[in-house]
Amino acid sequence: MAKTLGPVKRKFSPWDDPGAKPYIRFENVTKRFGDFTAVDDLSLDIYEREFFSLLGPSGCGKTTLMRMLAGFEEPTSGRILLDGKDLAGVPPYRRPVNMMFQSYALFPHMTVEGNIAFGLKQDGLPKPDIDARVKEMLKLVKLERFAQRKPHQLSGGQRQRVALARSLAKRPKVLLLDEPLGALDKKLREETQFELMDIQYELGLTFLIVTHDQEEAMTMSDRIAVMDLGKLVQVAPPAEIYELPNSRYVADFIGDINLIEGKIASAEGNRLRLACDGIGTSIEAEASGSGAAGETAWFAVRPEKVRISHDPPPEGTVNVLSGEVWDIGYLGDVSVYRVKLPNGAIVKSTLANVTRLVERPIGWDDKVYLTWPRDAGIVLTR
Amino acid sequence: MNKNLGWFNLTSLVLGFAFLYLPILLLVVFSFNESKLVTVWAGFSTKWYVSMWANEGLMDAAWVTVRVGLLSATIATALGTLAALTLDRFHRFPGRTLFSGMVYAPLVMPEVITGLSLLLLFVAINFDRGFWTVTLAHTTLTMCFVAVVVQSRLVTFDKSLEEAAQDLGCPPVKTFFAITLPLILPAVVAGWMLAFTLSLDDLVIASFNTGPGATTLPIKIYSQVRLGVTPEINAICSIMIGIVAIGVIVASIATRRSELERDKAERAAFRVDG
Ligand SMILES: Nc1ncnc2c1ncn2[C@@H]1O[C@H](COP(=O)(O)OP(=O)(O)OP(=O)(O)O)[C@@H](O)[C@H]1O
Ligand SMILES: [Mg+2]
Repeated sequence: MAKTLGPVKRKFSPWDDPGAKPYIRFENVTKRFGDFTAVDDLSLDIYEREFFSLLGPSGCGKTTLMRMLAGFEEPTSGRILLDGKDLAGVPPYRRPVNMMFQSYALFPHMTVEGNIAFGLKQDGLPKPDIDARVKEMLKLVKLERFAQRKPHQLSGGQRQRVALARSLAKRPKVLLLDEPLGALDKKLREETQFELMDIQYELGLTFLIVTHDQEEAMTMSDRIAVMDLGKLVQVAPPAEIYELPNSRYVADFIGDINLIEGKIASAEGNRLRLACDGIGTSIEAEASGSGAAGETAWFAVRPEKVRISHDPPPEGTVNVLSGEVWDIGYLGDVSVYRVKLPNGAIVKSTLANVTRLVERPIGWDDKVYLTWPRDAGIVLTR
Repeated sequence: MNKNLGWFNLTSLVLGFAFLYLPILLLVVFSFNESKLVTVWAGFSTKWYVSMWANEGLMDAAWVTVRVGLLSATIATALGTLAALTLDRFHRFPGRTLFSGMVYAPLVMPEVITGLSLLLLFVAINFDRGFWTVTLAHTTLTMCFVAVVVQSRLVTFDKSLEEAAQDLGCPPVKTFFAITLPLILPAVVAGWMLAFTLSLDDLVIASFNTGPGATTLPIKIYSQVRLGVTPEINAICSIMIGIVAIGVIVASIATRRSELERDKAERAAFRVDG
């Protein structure tokens, strides 16, 4: 049986279909502020009904990308197409795109209700319809009791929810959310995440969301883009980003990972051997396309795929390391063991705490063995 | 701060206030003088405040002054606000430096020069001097003050509010009236008040540009004083002082209070770490 990467949430992958037409298309878009390049020759296709996440360090150009789509910045060069039409010269108030601002930008002189109704009034909707929609939105963000308050009478999380409701009220074809849930507590955030997913799915909207929370991106998105210095490093579904990162940058940015540097000793068929002087042994792995013998490469394996035990593995097992437990992080659901190899390198292994009581717990300074199967990690060449 | 002012500070404070306000106080006190002689106190009376109303020349002048003030302050507020918006929004356009220089020049220009140059202009284009020339001259004078007041407010105005409005489908002009104007209104009102009081007590520019039937109160008073101060003039001056004082106090309280409220509201409407 063919193996797949991670769980399959829904059958939705227009990006794999060569005939599918992208809904939003960035074509070699560059944006410069003076001589600083915020977005650098970026091309990206986003499909209708897609839930698309932008991830990246602060200042990498995520907000700038969104502002160009919303119409507040003109690209220095390149084109942005929406549903096949060039957006150049279309003012923000004529674009079927709504944005939730990173700074919320609530109208201070209007009530919560007034803020949410503002966009609907611009469309000239009849009053009963506006009232109904506002009620619905207030219910969605659980602010019914605060309808008559002004923004300064709300808490940070409540304001964020008003901003969210205001941008959602018009049910725009494309909704841009710039860190929409950052100020919410964990419980409310999770609830809102699932509600956002429901809304997006039910109304068939296209969401482009910026977040600093990887878990959030993983949970909600159809695809994730990892950005750095104004460029896209990788664009792929969550499981692929996690299990098949295309570079050390992505591997390191998303989740926790062990990166071991080495030289490709041999590459035959789909088997690859990496000589790693750093850990004094060689690693057996599956070849992942690029990488010829003699090239420098990095072996990347997630800590939860590294097995840790007191007992030596049976003879003939590949990829065995031994060392001493250096540090233990107990996180409740899992424990993270940092194991120091004889030459000083640290390899992390996480173990799910599946039982409450353990017979022979692994403790500080214990001598342990680390192993992983050949297909547990991948070899990265950049 | 030191609570005990010390005799030196106290004396200078008293002297300073006396120097500034004693003449005004004297004027107000003598407006309640029974005697027709301005400098001789003959008991308390409010009769000059009554007889003043019957003085047609004085009343006409007062009426002209009020009309000029209301009209010029309103035009100046509209123009000054537009100028402030232009200077705030468009950081680079050809002639921006010249434009901003020209907007602010009347602030430091000697009034005599402003008055004279306006007069020359009106003569050159053959514009009959009267009510309209005074109004226009006052608009020119006060517009820059409005621009300064409004621009200082716009500096702290967050543009993302306007972006948010446009994002929700509101065209720029409508955005100005629905979002920007309500939020900068206190500054606009303060600008109007300032313009009105400036117009109310201007003598120099008005006398250069006045014409038949457009004698403003300051001109009237000035010309009457040359014939001798009457208690009626004291009375109307006291009223003017009252109006100006109330205007200034109300404007400053309003700005102060709305500034505090705005600060609070704005700090709340924006995420600090955004
Ligand atoms: N109007 C501007 N003028 C000059 N530089 C700008 C302007 N707007 C953004 N930049 C610069 O462009 C870069 C990208 O900014 P952007 O706001 O897109 O970052 P971001 O990815 O959204 O970061 P964060 O996660 O912190 O919100 C930053 O280095 C920023 O300083
Ligand atoms: Mg940002």
